Amino acid sequence: MESLGSTRRSFAPWTDPDAKPYIRFENVTKRFGDAVAVDDLSLTIYEREFFSLLGASGCGKTTLLRMLGGFEQPTEGRILLDGRDLRGVPPYRRPVNMMFQSYALFPHMTVEANIAFGLKQEGMPKPHIAERVAQMLKLVKMERFARRKPHQLSGGQRQRVALARSLAKRPKVLLLDEPLGALDKKLREETQFELMDLQQDLGLTFIVVTHDQEEAMAMSDRIAVMDTGRIMQVATPAEIYEAPASRFVADFVGSINFFEGVLAGSAGTMTRIRDQSGVEFQISDDANAVTGDTVWLAIRPEKISVTRERPAEADNALDGEVWDIAYLGDVTVYNVKLDDGRIVKASTMNSQRRVEDALTWHDRAWISFSADAGVVLTG
Amino acid sequence: MAGTWGRFNVVSLVLGFAFLYLPILLLVIYSFNESRLVTVWSGFSTRWYVEMLNNRGLMDAAWVTARVAFISASVATVLGTMAAVALTRYTRFRGRLLFTGMVFAPLVMPEVITGLSLLLLFVAVSFDRGFATVTIAHITFSMCFVAVVVQSRLISFDRSLEEAAMDLGATPLKAFFQVTLPVILPAVLAGWMLAFTLSLDDLVIASFTSGPGATTLPMKIYSQVRLGVTPEINAICTVLIGLVTVGVIVVSLVSKRRHLLRQ
Repeated sequence: MESLGSTRRSFAPWTDPDAKPYIRFENVTKRFGDAVAVDDLSLTIYEREFFSLLGASGCGKTTLLRMLGGFEQPTEGRILLDGRDLRGVPPYRRPVNMMFQSYALFPHMTVEANIAFGLKQEGMPKPHIAERVAQMLKLVKMERFARRKPHQLSGGQRQRVALARSLAKRPKVLLLDEPLGALDKKLREETQFELMDLQQDLGLTFIVVTHDQEEAMAMSDRIAVMDTGRIMQVATPAEIYEAPASRFVADFVGSINFFEGVLAGSAGTMTRIRDQSGVEFQISDDANAVTGDTVWLAIRPEKISVTRERPAEADNALDGEVWDIAYLGDVTVYNVKLDDGRIVKASTMNSQRRVEDALTWHDRAWISFSADAGVVLTG
Repeated sequence: MAGTWGRFNVVSLVLGFAFLYLPILLLVIYSFNESRLVTVWSGFSTRWYVEMLNNRGLMDAAWVTARVAFISASVATVLGTMAAVALTRYTRFRGRLLFTGMVFAPLVMPEVITGLSLLLLFVAVSFDRGFATVTIAHITFSMCFVAVVVQSRLISFDRSLEEAAMDLGATPLKAFFQVTLPVILPAVLAGWMLAFTLSLDDLVIASFTSGPGATTLPMKIYSQVRLGVTPEINAICTVLIGLVTVGVIVVSLVSKRRHLLRQ
């Protein structure tokens, strides 16, 4: 079965019209004075979903999370959790827990006491608290650090304690605000997988706020890309990447080349797009545009090949000069300058250690891509 | 680094310290003087300390001062902390600027004016002047010092700690007492120490607001000095200096230790 991207999902309640929504934002608006942080936003999240809110800082993603946590009240609209309207419910009565960006560990308490804090508030009997705390410490592999204070821990260890603390009360939903933001790259990658496993094993609903697209792509079932308080697209990582809904989303996630042009006509499944310098492209996607519409052809760098000679059966090919080369180890990125001055980014997987007759700066080269490599966007 | 210790620097350092500490040093030295004459050294003795302890009036005044300072510092700490919390938290309430100004105005208000206005108030409501009025007056002016100290700590306090507490099921009140207060406690204690010492050495406001039977130590010392300085006064001043010094050292050691621990 053909699927978008390299993975196929068995968990996809959003495609099932009978699936019961778990969290619903209904026309939620949040204003701070004159500033609109969240703008008439509606969103449905399903149980056991690993959902990411992705956007640049100030796009309203954290405000959205804080409204779910109960730290901000929507100016308009309502938020439902499992069918229950959360309006007026204070944070300490919501069945959600949050892991804060700063971790917000209580500095005067030990790791143990931090994890036990929420359970104590519940009035859980002491032996049960001890048992649960031990269980949580084991879950995040921090048993040896139970008696330490937060300032005696490394960043990664603090992150684990914060996670354990927010999971200790067994919330229905865990909100994570930039959970990996303070970790270095290596640790971040490891922790990503741990978070995913944890979410799977515990069967929780995770909502993660992040500005890191790789993080969102790697972990999420679905991603909501946000900008200026609005959702630009909600889709699986593969859909976001391979079938972005707009230029904003295409540009925000990964790198991409745009050719602005006019839809020149279509024949069968093929669409012809004439770009500004008169080049015609053959594309098998039309985005429901009609002849004469202004469209943008968007192509990811890895879907463009760079060769010395024009490939015989390329649907689309342009020639230019190799302007810049960035060797990144796993891939090499070529910036090819077309004769009209535009730069096209193309990347090649370095699947061999040695390459005969490798391209170098200022070589003439052809870039080419197949008809189904590009996406046609209308906005 | 001989260059950084130029002659000029050494001289100014010596002069500066001499200016600050020579009078105090003289006072301490002469408190151990044998002679009744304050300015003539006739040998080492601790007799003035014994005399001081046997001086009923002086000891009563010391006891009044200690009680006033303890009560006023404690009440001022509670009120000042509450004011600081209100000022840092509710940044949007109406008249915040006015309120801030009003809390901090007594810091720069001449003591004479504070004292006089309090006196007028007590007279107007015909409140008998005595222990209670001095205490109230001290609370009034030391409260704003506490507010300043606590507020500066609260500004750097991570609000998300409190939010995390609420997120985990603590009501705002519980969050404050279980999380916020323990974290800002050093600042609150420093505020208390400040209020305590301010009350301890206040003469002006106490003179305005005190009444019969509630003479504080600074008032007593001042009235005795007018009849001539006795070595007894030197002795009690030395004790006061000792107490304040120990207090300051303890506070700075404690905060240093905490700072080191945090790192």
